[in-house]
Amino acid sequence: MRNGRANGTKTARACKRQVTEVIDARYGAAMVSGGPSESATAPALPDGLVIVVKQDCATCRLVEPVLGRLAAGDEPLTVYTQDDPGFPASVAAVHDADLAVSWHHDIETVPTVLRIVDGAEVDRTVGWSQAEWRRITGIDDLGADLPVMRPGCGSLSVDPDRADDLRVRFTGSRLRARRVEIAALEDEMEALFARGWTDGLPVVPPTEARVLAMLEGTTRDPQELVAVVPPDLIPCTVEKVAINAVMAGCRPEHLPVVLAAVAAACTDEFNIHGVLATTMPVGPVLIVNGPIRRRIGMNSAGNVLGQGNRANLAIGRALQLVIRNVGGGRPQGVDRAAHGNPGKLSFCFAEDEEGSPWTPLSVARGFEPGQDTVTLFPGEGPRCIVDQLSRDPESLAGSMALGVRGMHHPKLVLGFDAVLVMGPEHARVFAEAGWDRERVVAEIVARTVTPGSELARGAGGIAEGVPASLADRSLPKVRDGGLLLVHAGGGAGLFSAIIGGWANGAVGSQPVTVPITS
Amino acid sequence: MTVILDPTGEQQVAERGLLARPVSLAGLTVGLLDISKPRGDVFLDRLEHRLTEVGAVVRRYRKPTFTKPAPVDLRHEIATHCEVVIEALAD
Repeated sequence: MRNGRANGTKTARACKRQVTEVIDARYGAAMVSGGPSESATAPALPDGLVIVVKQDCATCRLVEPVLGRLAAGDEPLTVYTQDDPGFPASVAAVHDADLAVSWHHDIETVPTVLRIVDGAEVDRTVGWSQAEWRRITGIDDLGADLPVMRPGCGSLSVDPDRADDLRVRFTGSRLRARRVEIAALEDEMEALFARGWTDGLPVVPPTEARVLAMLEGTTRDPQELVAVVPPDLIPCTVEKVAINAVMAGCRPEHLPVVLAAVAAACTDEFNIHGVLATTMPVGPVLIVNGPIRRRIGMNSAGNVLGQGNRANLAIGRALQLVIRNVGGGRPQGVDRAAHGNPGKLSFCFAEDEEGSPWTPLSVARGFEPGQDTVTLFPGEGPRCIVDQLSRDPESLAGSMALGVRGMHHPKLVLGFDAVLVMGPEHARVFAEAGWDRERVVAEIVARTVTPGSELARGAGGIAEGVPASLADRSLPKVRDGGLLLVHAGGGAGLFSAIIGGWANGAVGSQPVTVPITS
Repeated sequence: MTVILDPTGEQQVAERGLLARPVSLAGLTVGLLDISKPRGDVFLDRLEHRLTEVGAVVRRYRKPTFTKPAPVDLRHEIATHCEVVIEALAD
């Protein structure tokens, strides 16, 4: 049982921190040095035939006489038994008690027959196949009285009840993160809160077993550098991202998206330092494109920006936990947001490419169709644009423009980008009129153009506004390329959503799109 | 007992003692770092005037944008040339 804990009789006093040993006073957490020490290297196999069996397998018992015949032959034979050291009776076997041989040599089925030459595997067959065993042993009449074929059984080394523990035992030494002990009577969830490692909601305790399982989601080395994470400018490895992804509730298949998002956030262009430190209410918004959306079960349909989808929520949350835990960016610390927004827990969604009349956002941003990407945008919370009456594209574009103009302050223009999440029923109005993505964006932006005299400081009796020097010009709400169009949302509802941005350009943050790799 | 992995940057903050406070600023080089927030220069202009009055040598510096950490080269330049640094933080 991993991470199991008996808590039925705990009292509040018993819950008190029972952290053990090696207190690092400055850090305030309990540490145990080092990690699992068992060898991560594969035990060498002897030359000749090697056969792995277990007693609790009908096929292994079936081939017992065959093993006896092979043992009596000229060829060197080594039999490893996984469970019963007395099995098979027909030959003296080596007990693979800790399953090290089975684990390191990727035995997934018993019986497995290997041929080893000069210490290296050159041939393998699994289960009982008369033809295969005859081929690999070179004995033409082997097992003549047995059925032609019988499938094998699962190896104990891949037994779901054991695999996590074995992974820790044999590969845990790959992990470099400091180990932190939590006493048996300490509530794990409370322990993580107490250390300041959560975003205000419980997190999944990042045990070695869970982190190693998470790392199965990528082919990248755990110690590979992903990014240098602000504000503390900490070099962050794949392993550290995986730890925080576990805490966020990710599954291993989510990890490649999280890794890409962390790298994108920490670019100079996206400038997560500024996005974090600003007093404005923005945080990283993640928009995922490509086949991976479907593969990992992301939501791009009903309630796309809301609760209920694990992939959407866990991926966005994992990025924020990396910023908090690795980078050290915390509210009322370097995070100076006056109000923040609920999306700073997690704000991640997928584009509805299949239902979209337009090219995906990723293609509009220069990537090939079919390429998995994540786009990061420095966004505030979404705001609804209602228009239930427009049935022609000009009218609807006018409504969209009004929604865009309202972002942050109607009299402030060009300084903020925006994401327009267009619902399918709105998109259909434009699609039926033959407007492509570029035209939709251009027509909306054109309708945001406002005389500078209405925007200037003091105009309308309002001090806020653009400098007086711009009063004689007409200005669009967003800069060229500053309106990102995404197709997503439920099939019913004549609504869209606008996500306002933060200071754009080199002084602030640029939207960044990066490929997602395995 | 459960063993978990530290999710943080594992930053061990070394104790760094403060330098002794100078008795006088006379003759010392004081760096004034403008982080590029509006009106930071107004504040720093006034400081420069006051510091010069008491005999300090003032050098002015400016971050490219307040939204990003000071570039490492700028930090190095200030540390190399100045004995004291004052940063203007607010609007």
